[in-house]
Amino acid sequence: MNQSHDNLALQAVGLTKIYGSGHTEVIAVRDVAVEVCKGEIVALLGPSGAGKTTLLTLLGLIRPPNTGQISIDGILVFNNHQAQVDIRRFRRQKFGFVFQKANLIPFLTAVENVRLAMEIDDQPVRTSRRRAMELLEYLGVAERAQNLPSMLSGGEQQRVAVARALANRPSLILADEPTAALDSVRGRQVMELFRKVAHEQNAGVIVVTHDHRALDVFDRTLEMEDGILRQQQKGN
Amino acid sequence: MNLATKDIRHNLGRFSLTALGIGLLLMVVMGMGGIYRGLVQEATLIVDRIGADLWVVQKNTRGPFAELSRIPRDLADRALVVPGVETSYGFISYTIQRSYKGKPLRLTIQGLDWPADSGLWLPISAGRSLGQAHYELVADNSSALKVGDKLALGKDVFTIVGLTKNLTSPSGDSMAFMTLTDAQAVQFDFSPESIRIERTARVNRLFNIELGQIQPQLSEKAGGLNSGIPALGTSMISVVLVTVKSGWNPAAVAKQIEAWPDVSVYTEDGQKQLLLKGFVDRSRKQLGLFRVLLIIVSAVIMALILYTLTLDKLHDIAMLKLIGARNSVILGLIMQQALLLGSIGFCIAYLLGQWIFPFFPRRVVLINSDLYMLAVIVLVISILASLLGIYRAMRADPGEVLS
Repeated sequence: MNQSHDNLALQAVGLTKIYGSGHTEVIAVRDVAVEVCKGEIVALLGPSGAGKTTLLTLLGLIRPPNTGQISIDGILVFNNHQAQVDIRRFRRQKFGFVFQKANLIPFLTAVENVRLAMEIDDQPVRTSRRRAMELLEYLGVAERAQNLPSMLSGGEQQRVAVARALANRPSLILADEPTAALDSVRGRQVMELFRKVAHEQNAGVIVVTHDHRALDVFDRTLEMEDGILRQQQKGN
Repeated sequence: MNLATKDIRHNLGRFSLTALGIGLLLMVVMGMGGIYRGLVQEATLIVDRIGADLWVVQKNTRGPFAELSRIPRDLADRALVVPGVETSYGFISYTIQRSYKGKPLRLTIQGLDWPADSGLWLPISAGRSLGQAHYELVADNSSALKVGDKLALGKDVFTIVGLTKNLTSPSGDSMAFMTLTDAQAVQFDFSPESIRIERTARVNRLFNIELGQIQPQLSEKAGGLNSGIPALGTSMISVVLVTVKSGWNPAAVAKQIEAWPDVSVYTEDGQKQLLLKGFVDRSRKQLGLFRVLLIIVSAVIMALILYTLTLDKLHDIAMLKLIGARNSVILGLIMQQALLLGSIGFCIAYLLGQWIFPFFPRRVVLINSDLYMLAVIVLVISILASLLGIYRAMRADPGEVLS
């Protein structure tokens, strides 16, 4: 866990998230500390209701923690529930998200979905077009660039979603059960793709998964239970 | 990349149908305004066409269109000797309803002071204006009469010698022009039986007074033709139309004529105001209220449509927020669609209106200033209508994507 701060994609300390209050109070995440290095791929395991997705919403700056600090790329982003930066801009520039469903915008083609991530960050159209095609080629779906999501298979959609996540050269990629909708072969392919992305693009990757068959792909696994990050172990 | 147009292209069928619906609604709003303008135009059309400077009518009446006016025909001769008067014609106007080829036919008869006025000023679209003192009629094309048709009115049969285009009375009835003498004959046409009864009644009334008892030979006169009885005067007309000599002030000439105790005088503009304030004003208010209601209905429907369209995209909007899209991107998506919907709806309304309005029984007149105003209103309601959708979109939680 003790890494050089320059090499840390993510550093979170003392994260707690509480929903409700009084009798209905639920502590979804309790005093969690986690670090992920650039180029490292980490699995986040745990049973349903353990708090994995909640932790992901905290680390992805989607919801603020009640207490704790989150730093991305060495920049303090959340100090307790106080945002220290423009959160949406930070998500745009530093994060890539991949989910169980690809969540592609249905009225945009594959290449437009990838371009969108760059164009909302004010990148020139020419640059965004070129990089979007490069990423689709990198992920092996360039020939489907002009297809709408509805014309792509589940695996192809997930690859396009990964391309979109990579578009702005993020420091951290957060994936929430990205293989749940895929068969085992395609699921493994996607996991290996994340490993490739982490290592080649030098991004930190956290993957929430129930799929224990592909754990060998990860550099490290984290396990959550009842909102507590119980153990951290090296992957195979 | 324009998300609004991409989304529209993806859902083209639904968007087109929605725009068509909005367009039809806006066409009704446009039509209401056009009907009002049509009413104004119809109301003032005859006054404009006749082009008289002064309208001399029965004292304290607002004739001949706003109310009944009866003045003697020789008033035109009196008016002609007033300094500054160029021409002075008698004119009569009344509405009749007859049956023609099994269908009701409403005509507003205008009697022209032949031969001085043969209707050369009429906008003739087929045939000609009046060419003889009797039994000719120029009708409007809205009456469905054709050149050469024969129409029985009173005891005479009139031939349609010409057609005008879109000349209707303030109440929307087709105008028909004949000579003043014919118009009076039609207006005061009585059946032989009623003439006989009236003549008998006159004789009886004569014997009931002292004059009849001391001069019984008067009964022969009393039971004879109206024209043979000096006390019965000539047939009445509605109005005397006066044009003023060049260089004379119509108001000054009107003041001279108005000094006569038996008439009221209106300038051309005064006559128009009588029609607009009296006849059209209530319709204007009624149509105005309908327009306001329809605009509110359009705004509510547009708001609901845009809200529903936004709800359909809520997951995508949450996704956009999650990947860091600014609020302006999301706001632009909804607002641009609202403006496009409004603009396309307006164009559909205009094009459909151009095609459909000519088939309306009353005139529908679209004027540029009304269209510009409606365009601005559509712009405003498009923006207002999008606010509900924008409000919902702004509340979309990016965390919804994870659920």
